[in-house]
Amino acid sequence: MPVAMPQSDGAVLARRAEIVAALQRMVPGEGVIASEQAMRPYESDGLTAYRQLPMVVVLPDTTEQVAAVLAYCNREGVRVVPRGAGTSLSGGALPLGDGVLLGMAKFNRIRTVDFANRVAVVEPGVTNLAVTQAVEHAGFYYAPDPSSQIACTIGGNVAENSGGVHCLKYGVTTNNVLGCELVLITGEIVRLGGSHLDAAGYDLLGVVTGSEGLLGVVTEVTVRILRRPETARAALIGFAASEDGGECVARIIGAGIIPGGMEMMDRPAIHAAEEFVHAGYPLDVEALLIVELDGPRTEVDHLLERVQEIARECRAVICRASTSEEERLLFWAGRKAAFPAVGRISPDYYCMDGTIPRAKLPLVLRRMQELSAQYGLRVANVFHAGDGNLHPLILYDANKPGELDRAEAFGADILRLCVEVGGVLTGEHGVGVEKRDLMPVMFSEADLNQQQRLKCAFDDQGLLNPGKVFPTLHRCAELGRMHVHAGRVAFPDLPRF
Amino acid sequence: MGENLKPRDHAEVEAAVNWALAGGKTLEIVGGGTKRVIGRAAQWDATLDLSGLSGITLCEPAELVLSAKAGTLLSEIEAAVAANGQELAFEPMDYGPLLGTETGGGTIGGALSANLSGPRRIKAGAARDHFLGVNAVSGRGETFKSGGRVVKNVTGYDLCKLLAGSWGTLAAMTEVTIKTLPRAETEETLLVLKLDDIAAGKFMGEVMGSVADVSAAAHVPAVAAKRIRETAGAGGAVTALRLEGVAPSVAHRKSLLEGIAAPFGALGTLRGGDSRAFWQAVRDVLPFAARGEAHARIIWRISTAPSSGAAVGRALTDRAQADVIYDWAGGLIWAALPPSDDAGAGVVRPIVAGAGGHATLIRAPVAVRAAVDVFEPEPAVLAALTRRVRESFDPLGVLNAGRMWAGV
Repeated sequence: MPVAMPQSDGAVLARRAEIVAALQRMVPGEGVIASEQAMRPYESDGLTAYRQLPMVVVLPDTTEQVAAVLAYCNREGVRVVPRGAGTSLSGGALPLGDGVLLGMAKFNRIRTVDFANRVAVVEPGVTNLAVTQAVEHAGFYYAPDPSSQIACTIGGNVAENSGGVHCLKYGVTTNNVLGCELVLITGEIVRLGGSHLDAAGYDLLGVVTGSEGLLGVVTEVTVRILRRPETARAALIGFAASEDGGECVARIIGAGIIPGGMEMMDRPAIHAAEEFVHAGYPLDVEALLIVELDGPRTEVDHLLERVQEIARECRAVICRASTSEEERLLFWAGRKAAFPAVGRISPDYYCMDGTIPRAKLPLVLRRMQELSAQYGLRVANVFHAGDGNLHPLILYDANKPGELDRAEAFGADILRLCVEVGGVLTGEHGVGVEKRDLMPVMFSEADLNQQQRLKCAFDDQGLLNPGKVFPTLHRCAELGRMHVHAGRVAFPDLPRF
Repeated sequence: MGENLKPRDHAEVEAAVNWALAGGKTLEIVGGGTKRVIGRAAQWDATLDLSGLSGITLCEPAELVLSAKAGTLLSEIEAAVAANGQELAFEPMDYGPLLGTETGGGTIGGALSANLSGPRRIKAGAARDHFLGVNAVSGRGETFKSGGRVVKNVTGYDLCKLLAGSWGTLAAMTEVTIKTLPRAETEETLLVLKLDDIAAGKFMGEVMGSVADVSAAAHVPAVAAKRIRETAGAGGAVTALRLEGVAPSVAHRKSLLEGIAAPFGALGTLRGGDSRAFWQAVRDVLPFAARGEAHARIIWRISTAPSSGAAVGRALTDRAQADVIYDWAGGLIWAALPPSDDAGAGVVRPIVAGAGGHATLIRAPVAVRAAVDVFEPEPAVLAALTRRVRESFDPLGVLNAGRMWAGV
C-alpha cells in the first residue's frame, strides 16, 4: 500500500482488552466485534486495494451509544473511523489498526416522512434507494442517485457529498439535505438545520456534508424529497469523433437545456458495455452520448426534438430517441453496467473520478491515450458529461507484479492532468486515502492548513478518521499559532480615505 | 468611524488585514454597503471597503460558470449572464428597498456573504448552492482558496458553504466562482384571489406536492398585495404560483394548476413583464420598503417548515400586530411589526421556536439592534462550536467582530 497511514499507537494497542470491555459496557449485546474473523468484513471498503483490520468494531444503535463511544474515545485518546455501508471508492472507511471502527449499519430506520413539507427524516444507515422506496407510493423520490444506491447509505452520502447521474439538474447530496443530528467527538450532540430551507447561523451542515467523516458522526438526516417527473425519455447519440460529442453537450446546454441526465462513453467503454448487456449500442463510434429529459410529456417531447436537431448539427452518426420506457431503460442498461462490464474484460480495474471544464475533454482524452501507451495499460472512459465529471477506468491485473503500482501512477497522472486543465481531483468519490497525497497538486499549504484549522474546531485531538483527506497532519496547537508582528505596517501605499 | 481602507487587489486586502492584526484593530468589511445595517450594532476601528475589487474574470456559459472579483456589482454580473441567456438561478434579492440603502448597489461578495436567495429558493436553492469557488483572506491575514471552477467537486472541505451566510465574520473574500444556469424561455404566474392565510398555506402545500413544478409560490395578504403594482387592483389577498420553462410545458402545467386551484377560489394570471415585476416585488419585499407606508416598522425574516408558515404568520398577526408576506410556499415569512424597544422579539422568538425554524431581525433602529439578538441565539453546545469555527479563521476577532453574536 503506497499511502502511509498514521503509525499505530502502541500504548492504545496495549490497552485493547480494557478498551473492548469498556465499549461492551456502552454497547451491550452483539454491538462490539473483537474477533479477527468477525472483523474481517470490515477490513476494506470499495477501494479494495487497501486493507487493514481495525482494533475493534462497534455497532451502536442509538445516538446515546454513539455519544458515549465518542466521548470515551476522546477521553482515552483512541482513534475512530466511521463507516456506513463501506462502498467508498476512495478508502474513506479504511480502518486503523489502533482505531475503533464505528459502523452505523444499525441506524437503519426511516423516522418520519413528511409529505406536507416534502422531507424525510432518516437514520444514516438507511440505504439511498430505501429513501426513494419509502416515498414512491406517493409519487416522490430522493434525487441524488449514486450508482451504488442499492447499497450505499445516506450517512455515507452525507460524508462524501455523493452525486449521481441526475445531479446536473437536481444537485448533489449537499443540495438535497436540510438538516442533521451530529455527534461531536466530545460526545456532545448538535442539531443543524431542520425541515426549513435556510439553516440558522453558520452553514455547518454544508461543511459537514462532504467532510469524509472527519468532523463528526451523523445520527439522523433530514432530506428533501421531490415529486417524480411525469415522464422521462432518452436519446442515444453516437459520434465519429469525441470532439463532436463534446460540442453537442456544450450546445445542448447553450440552448438552455439542462437534461435530467447526460452521460458519455468512449469506444472501449461502449464495446465493453455492449458485449455485456447487448443494449444495441453502435460499435463503430468514438463517443456515445445518452441524453435524458424528464418532466411533463409535452416538455420532454419538445426538448428531445431540439436535442436531436443539435445532435445532427454536431455530425452525429446515429441518433435514436426512446419511444417506450423499455427502450429508455435499455439505453441506460449499458451505461449502468459499464463498471462491471469493464470488470469482465480485465481482471481488475481502477476507477478514477476527476472533474474537468468540459471544453477540455478532447485534450484530456488525447493525453490520456498517450499516458495509456506510456504505462502500457488500457483505459475506458465514462463521463458525466453535463458537469464534466470524468470516470476513467484503468484496466490492470493485480496478479501481475507491478501492475497495481503502474495503475495507481497512471491514475495519479490523470488527476494531475485534470487539475492542470482547470479541474479538480475528485467530483464525487472523495479524497479518502486514495487521493490524499495528491491534495498539494490542487491546494497550497496555506489552503490545507486553513481546512485543518476547521477540523480542529470540531476535533482538536485529530481522532476522527485521521489519515484521510490531509497528506500531512499538524497538531492543532501548531496550526493555531499566530505570528503577529506588532507595529509592522505592510504595504504603506494602500489607499486610505 | 476610523479609517477607510480601500484595497485595489488581493495583495492589498491581505495587507489590510495584517495591518489590522498588527495594530490590534477590528475591520468592518463592506462591499456596496447595502446590507450594512443588518447585524448587531457593533463598532469597528476601520472599514475594509472591497468595492475596488471589481470585474468579471471568467465567463464560460457553456461550462455554467462565472468568476468575478468579490466587489463586482451583482447588477453587472446579472447583465453579463443575461447576455448569454443565463441567470443566477438563486434569484438574489436586493435589500436596498427594504433597508433604505442604494437599490442595485449590492455586490456578489455581499450576496454570498449573506447567502441571499429569492422566490426560486424552493426549486433552485440559495446562494450557497451556487457558490463553487473562492479566494479569500482569513482573519489570520492568510490567503486561502477553496472549491474550484467546475460545477461538481468534492475535493476537501466545502468552505464555500461555510463562507456563505457568515456575514464576513470568517474571511474577506476577494474572488468568487459561481454557477450560472439557463434562463427560462417563458414565465407565467397564476393568481388565486382572496384566500385567507390558512387556506393559502394548504393550497400551496398541494401545489408543491404536485408535478406542476412551480418555481415560486407566495401568499401576499391584502395589506401587502395593495402595495404591489401588479396586484393592487385584486381587491384582497393573492396567492401566486410561478411557472417557468418552454412554452408548451408552461401551458400544460398551468392547466394542471388550474385544476388544483379550482376549489380554492377565483383565478387571475400575470404574464411576461408583469409576472417578472410581481416576483421582483416579492423578492425585494417592496410592500415593507423603507420609503413606503411601512417605513417605520420593524422587519423580521423567519425561516420555518413550509407547512407551519400559515400558523406562524397568524400568530404574528394576532399577537404582534404584524403584517406578513409568505414566500417559499410558506417557508419564508417577512413580518413587519410596530416599533417597540425589543422589536417584538419576546413574542416573535417563542412563536418561531414553537414551530421550528429561526428568526432574524432585519430592520430596526441601532439602539434596538444593540439590545436584542439579531440572529437566532444558539443552544450552548452549538454556540461553542460556532465560536471555535469562527476562531479557526479569525482567532483575534478582526473581521466584522460581533456582527452575528457577541464575540462572533
